[in-house]
Amino acid sequence: MTGFEDVRDRLEELPDAALVVSFLVGIWLLLTALAFSVGGAQSANLAAGFVGSVTVLVGAYAILTLALNLQWGYTGLFNIGIAGFMAVGAYTTAILTAPVDPGAGGVPGFGLPLWVGLLGGMVMAAIVGAIAALPALRLRADYLAIVTVALSEIIRLFVNWGGVAEVQVFGKRFGTGGATGISFESPDEIVATLVNGPGQPLVTAAESVGISGPNVVNMAYGLSLLGIAAGSYWVLSRLVNSPFGRVLKAIREDETVTQSLGKDTRLFKIKAFMIGCALMGLAGALFRGSAGYISPAQFRPVITFYVFAALIIGGSGSNTGSILGAATFSALLFYLPARLGEYVPTFGQSAPGNVFEAVAALGSLDPTPLVAYTVSNVSTLRFVLIGVVLVYIIQNQPAGLLGHRNEPATSVDLTRPHAADGGEADE
Amino acid sequence: MGIAETVSDGRRLAIERPDAGAVAAVLLYLVADLTTKLLGTTVYALGFRVMGGSLTVGSLASMAVDGLLVGLAVGLAGIGLSMTYSILDFANFAHGDTVTVGAFLGWVAAYVTANLAVSAPLTDLFLFNGGAQLSASASWALVLFGLVVAALGTVAVVLVVDRLVYRPMRDSGSISLLIASIGVALALRYLIAFVFSTQTSGVATSGARLQLFAGVAITDNEIALLVVSVVLMLGVHLLLQRTKLGKAMRAMADNEDLARVTGIPTERVVRLTWVLGGALAGTSGYLLVLESGTISFNFGWILLLLIFAAVIVGGIGSIYGAMAGGVLIGLVDSLALIWLPSGLTRAAAFAVLIVVLLLRPSGIFGGVSTA
Repeated sequence: MTGFEDVRDRLEELPDAALVVSFLVGIWLLLTALAFSVGGAQSANLAAGFVGSVTVLVGAYAILTLALNLQWGYTGLFNIGIAGFMAVGAYTTAILTAPVDPGAGGVPGFGLPLWVGLLGGMVMAAIVGAIAALPALRLRADYLAIVTVALSEIIRLFVNWGGVAEVQVFGKRFGTGGATGISFESPDEIVATLVNGPGQPLVTAAESVGISGPNVVNMAYGLSLLGIAAGSYWVLSRLVNSPFGRVLKAIREDETVTQSLGKDTRLFKIKAFMIGCALMGLAGALFRGSAGYISPAQFRPVITFYVFAALIIGGSGSNTGSILGAATFSALLFYLPARLGEYVPTFGQSAPGNVFEAVAALGSLDPTPLVAYTVSNVSTLRFVLIGVVLVYIIQNQPAGLLGHRNEPATSVDLTRPHAADGGEADE
Repeated sequence: MGIAETVSDGRRLAIERPDAGAVAAVLLYLVADLTTKLLGTTVYALGFRVMGGSLTVGSLASMAVDGLLVGLAVGLAGIGLSMTYSILDFANFAHGDTVTVGAFLGWVAAYVTANLAVSAPLTDLFLFNGGAQLSASASWALVLFGLVVAALGTVAVVLVVDRLVYRPMRDSGSISLLIASIGVALALRYLIAFVFSTQTSGVATSGARLQLFAGVAITDNEIALLVVSVVLMLGVHLLLQRTKLGKAMRAMADNEDLARVTGIPTERVVRLTWVLGGALAGTSGYLLVLESGTISFNFGWILLLLIFAAVIVGGIGSIYGAMAGGVLIGLVDSLALIWLPSGLTRAAAFAVLIVVLLLRPSGIFGGVSTA
C-alpha cells in the first residue's frame, strides 16, 4: 500500500488547480509518446487525434462525476440512473433544436438555437429528477438505487418506442426518432465554425505541422467540455462550502440529527438531486450528442457504472478527486487500453479467431497466439480491468484518490483532542 | 366476507392510503377491461372508448403461458438474489452475470458433448459453431448433463468470487458491497465476452410441440423448464423448512449477531447461501437459454433488473416471495401486451417494481421473512 500512500502524499502537496493541470498534461504527454512510438510519418496527427479524443472523454466524465459527487459524495443519495437523466437532457436538447423541416427520413423538431436547447435539456432533466426524487428520497439507499436504475431503463425504453418516434401535438410535429435516433444542431459543428472562422490562423499553424483540421476541432471541443467542467467545479465548490452545502454534508452524516436542528432535509435533498440531474442532462447532450445525433442505445445503464467507477477512483466527497477520478478512469482505464490494443504489434502474426485456438496452441508450447489474442481483444479486457480496479479500491482504498478529504459537515473541527494528561481517561 | 364489508374496507383503504387506493382502482379497471375484451364487447362513454375491444381466450392463454415460463426461471434466479440480499445484506448487481456464467458453462458442456462425433473442429464447437442444436426431448440425457454442469460450475465460480471479493469485506456496509458487486459484474461479463465473443449463438431448438387447449402449444423445452423449476422450488422449500441449515439461514437473516452468539457457524451458513444461490442462478440461466434457444454474453445482465423486480415485489428475504414475485413479474411482462405496445411491456414490469418499492417496500406479501 506504500505506493498508493506515496502517490497520495505527493498529490496532497500540490494546490488543487496545479494538481489537476499536471495530471491532465501527464495524460496528454503519455498519449503523445504512444502516438510518436507507433505513428511513423503521421505521428503528429495521430497524437492530436489521441489528445483530442481523450480530452473530450475527460471533460464529459468530469462533468458527470462532479454531478454524481454532489448527489452521492455530498448528500448521500445513491443515484444509479445517470444514463436516464443524461437521456432526458440529450433528448430534450435534440427535440428543441432539431430542424423544423428535416427533409426525407429526418425527425422534425422546434428548430431553436443550441443554447436554448441545452438550457431546456438541463431544466427538463432537473424536473424529471425532482419527480423521481419526491417519492423516492425517503427510501433506503439501496432501494433508491434500484428505483433510479429502473427509471433510467423506463426512460430509454420510452424514447426507443416507435409510438413517440414522431407525434403531432397542436399541429406541431416532433418526436424522438424511436430506435433510429434523432439528428439535431450539432454542438461539434458550432465549435468547428468558431475554429475555422476566428481560429483560422491556428488551423493553418496546425496543418503546417501535419495536424488535420478535424483534429483541431476535436481538441477545441474537448477543451470546451473541460471549460464547462471547470465552470461546474467552480459553481459546485461555492455551493458545497455555503450554508446550503453544510446542510447537505450534515444529511450525509446523519439525517435525523439534521432534521432535529430544524432543517427540512427533504427539500435540501431534492434541490441537490435536481442540480446534479441538470448537470447530467447537460453532459448527456454535449457528450453523447456531440456530433448532433443521439439514439437510445447510447444511454444503456452501463454508462452509469462507468461514472460510478470514476467517482470511486477519485474518492467520493471531493470535487477535485472527482475530476482526477474522471481523468484516471476515462484516459487510463477506458481510452488508453483500447489504443494499445489497436497499435501494439502482435509479433507480426494475426491473432487467432477465438480463445480456444489460442489456448490450443499452448499445447505446442507456443504462447504467442494467446498473447496476440489478448492484445487484440484488450478493448474487451479493459472492462474486466475496470471491474477489478473497482473491487480493489473498495477493498483497500475505499476513500479513493482524494476521498479522505471528505469535508466534515461543520465549519470548525469537532474531533475530540487526545487527553494528554489530566481529565478522565474514559467516560 | 360480505360485499358490504369489502366495500367499506375498500373505502377505508382509499381514504387512509390514497396511493394504494389509486393502485387498486387501476387494477380494478384493468380486470374490468380484460373481462369486456374477452367478451368481445366495447364500452363507450361520451363518445370515447372506455374499455373493451377484442381478445381471444387462446391468445390470452398463450401470453399467460409465456409469462409463467419466463417468470418461473426469473423466480428461480431470484431465490439466490433474495437470499444474499437478506443474509449478507446487500443488493448483488453481479447476480445477472452469475446467471450468464451458469448458462455458458452448462451449454458448452452439453453442446460440445453432443457434437463430439461431428467433424467440426473442437475450437468451433466451444463457440457453438458447426454442431447440431439440442432439444429436451431428443437428447434429454445431454440436456440434463448440461444442467448439472451449469449448477456445479456456477457454485464453483460463485465461491471463488466470494473468497476473493466479498469475504475480505464481510464487515463493510451494504453500499460498499453493492459497489464491489458492480465491479464483479463488469469483470464476469467481459471475461465471458473475451472467451466467447459478443455474438449471439443458437444452441437449443424445440424438438416436439404439445397442443394444449384453444390453440395454445407448449414445446418440450418449455416443459423441461416448467418441471425442473417446480421441482427445484419444492426442493428449496423442503431444505429450508426441514433442515437445520434452513433454520440457521432464517436466524441469520433475522439477526446475524444473535445467530453467532447462539452458536450458528455464520461463515459456513454464508458459504452455503452462496452455494444454493449460485446453483439456482446457474440453473435458471441454463433453463432460460433452453427456452429461448439463443445465448449471448449479456443476457443475464439485461435480465438483472427483472430479477430485482421479482425479489422486491415478493419481499426481500422471502424465498416464496421471490418465486411468486418472479411469476407475477413474468406475467406482467407478457400480459402488458394487451394494453401496451410491444416496446413498452418491459417498462411496465419496471414500473411495477417502482410502485411496489414506493408503496410497500416490504413486498406485496407483507414482508414475512420465511427464510
